[in-house]
Amino acid sequence: MVTLRLVNISKKAGQRQILKNVSLEVTDKELFAIAGPPGAGKTTLLKIIAGLVPPDEGEVYIGDQMVNTVPPGDREVGMVFEVPPIYPNRTGFQNIAFPLEIKKIDGDEIRERVEEVAKLLQITHLLERKPATYSGGELQRVALARVLVRKPRMLLLDEPLKNLDAKIRETTRVELKRLQRESGITMVFSTHDQVEATAVGDRIGVINEGVIEQIGAPEELYSFPKSVFVGRFIGSPTMNLAECAVKQLDDRWVLEALGFNLDMTTRAYEIKSEAMTQELLLGLRPEDIILLDSPENSGCFEGRVELTQNFGDERVVTIRVGEVSLNCLTGKERVFRYDQKVYVKFKEEKVHVFLRDTGMALGRSTN
Amino acid sequence: MPKLVVKNLRKLFGTFEAVKDVGFQVEEKETLCLLGPSGCGKTTTLRIIAGLEVPTSGEILVDGVLVNDVPPQKRQIGLVFQDYAIFPHLSVFENIAYGLRVRKMPEAQLRTKVHDTASLIGVDNILDVPGKKLGLSEMQRVAIGRSIALDPKLLLLDEPLSNIDAKAREKMRAELGKLQKEIGIATVYVTHDQLEAMTLADRIAVMRDGLIEQIGTTSQIYDSPRTLFVANFIGSPSMNLIDCELVQNEERAILKSRDFALDITELAERVRGESKARELILGIRPEDVSVDVRKTDPEAMQSEVQLVEPIGARSIYHLKIGRLTVLAKVYAMPELEVGSKVWISFNKEKLHLFDKKTQEAIL
Repeated sequence: MVTLRLVNISKKAGQRQILKNVSLEVTDKELFAIAGPPGAGKTTLLKIIAGLVPPDEGEVYIGDQMVNTVPPGDREVGMVFEVPPIYPNRTGFQNIAFPLEIKKIDGDEIRERVEEVAKLLQITHLLERKPATYSGGELQRVALARVLVRKPRMLLLDEPLKNLDAKIRETTRVELKRLQRESGITMVFSTHDQVEATAVGDRIGVINEGVIEQIGAPEELYSFPKSVFVGRFIGSPTMNLAECAVKQLDDRWVLEALGFNLDMTTRAYEIKSEAMTQELLLGLRPEDIILLDSPENSGCFEGRVELTQNFGDERVVTIRVGEVSLNCLTGKERVFRYDQKVYVKFKEEKVHVFLRDTGMALGRSTN
Repeated sequence: MPKLVVKNLRKLFGTFEAVKDVGFQVEEKETLCLLGPSGCGKTTTLRIIAGLEVPTSGEILVDGVLVNDVPPQKRQIGLVFQDYAIFPHLSVFENIAYGLRVRKMPEAQLRTKVHDTASLIGVDNILDVPGKKLGLSEMQRVAIGRSIALDPKLLLLDEPLSNIDAKAREKMRAELGKLQKEIGIATVYVTHDQLEAMTLADRIAVMRDGLIEQIGTTSQIYDSPRTLFVANFIGSPSMNLIDCELVQNEERAILKSRDFALDITELAERVRGESKARELILGIRPEDVSVDVRKTDPEAMQSEVQLVEPIGARSIYHLKIGRLTVLAKVYAMPELEVGSKVWISFNKEKLHLFDKKTQEAIL
């Protein structure tokens, strides 16, 4: 069982708080993503787990052992950096074998272990070649092989896909997931790209300015974001926001947004009464907005097409409604002209409501 | 008259032929995107248009005038670089005014021009802010503003979004799209990112190894790729490409692959050329593969879920048929678990066929 537990990790660099009370648990054989924008503290967190940077406060547990005072080499945690340090004048074999040679492991065993890991990562053809002839993806895999060959208990990857071309990134991300499944190694990786995080990670910790905003499975983060930040960070196109207010009309609960009333009575249990006195934000996923060519009798309002983005199989249509631009996701069958008049309607059961000052979601979460 | 004509462009670096025979036109107000992987010749082509590289042969015409021998600064072409090259110590006003001052435009006229430009690109409220205090999106606007203040006939953008993180890029892409509409200047845009190309370009020229493989609108390129390379390069995740052969008798036409057979009799007469006994590649986009837990389509093939990638409201399933992996994109959150047995079928109307030898589409 290789579990990882972080308890209240904090770290400062000078005056700047890089990490603040970060707690999380990674279970055995889990593929865990740490996702956040550049500068959120992802790399520092990985370095603290690896033992390359000491935390100012908090504890790191691997299994049942508190490892704060255990040096990096003895933690049996492998870390692959964004820019992997590979020796240009050594062959793939020599690069991968290097950490074993340092440990004075017997030559036959080295050969066996290098070949085994090369097969797993499908880089057998690179063993006799030098790094200058590798592609970006191949270089990453050789670096990974060099870490895996030591048979670490846990693998940490810092932005493993960042420096790859868009097209190669797509296939490499699948390989990463497959590799983790096949090797069964507990893995933590960081990424600034939410698509990568949700496509690859079993669970994701979303980090923003050194604070973990939410931890959960991809579907959970997408459907039940606990904060505006998570709602906007996860998902592409980004969740739309509009100012709104809650009113009680007789026995009905109504959300007023964009000059339009949404009946929320069925979800009244989520909307605590104190919400009525606060400033609120309405969050709308682009696929939860329905575009109509003609007005329905109730519950829709008028907008104009501001921009259409064609993604091949999908279209993102930006609709101007009063002061707000809403991004809407539609299929490829529909064609929209610039400045065309359309009627907009929401999937009411899917709207998100956040408190404006704290950014926290109202009610709509699983726990 | 087209704003830009590029004819039979060739460029050799030593013995390496970076651009082989490139030709295209850009109409007034049009945005043309040069799209391709690194090393395809797109940036070299852009630099030749700007006058920063001399072509080995070929012609560049701006507004119908041959500019091969015109120095870059006299071509009336605005070039926006990847890093925007904003002067950090100069205000937004002075950044936009920079080129006008170099041209010694009279002060009164210059002020009007800068203000007009600033309001067009939406930075008229931050004219006093120094370059170093600008956010990414403002820097992008100012960089474009500095170019268009000179009233260029043509705007060239070299990978303007490539150094920006994924989330910010999404926003900048949309902003750039709106800005383009407002500016209305003919533009050539270079990128390796297909999403940028698809969303920003009126037409895309897909390049590979110094040649244009296909030129067309996003829909043309996406729905009717002319070559295997274009089919594979455009779309995320990539189109499924499966080796097969066509077996035809009087009655039926069957596509046979190692792992399955597919009756395409109803499509057979649309297949171009002599297709018998040729090695073919079947192409089907992940969104044109449907997945069902029950066998509702009699032709459905049984498969097993190997891997699931949840991406927001969509799911990408990696499905195993025999030794083959097929990707399916479903517009719903993941409902099927790894190991589930499912039935998959291909939307035959959306099937692509390529000749393996020529790499060209035949359906």
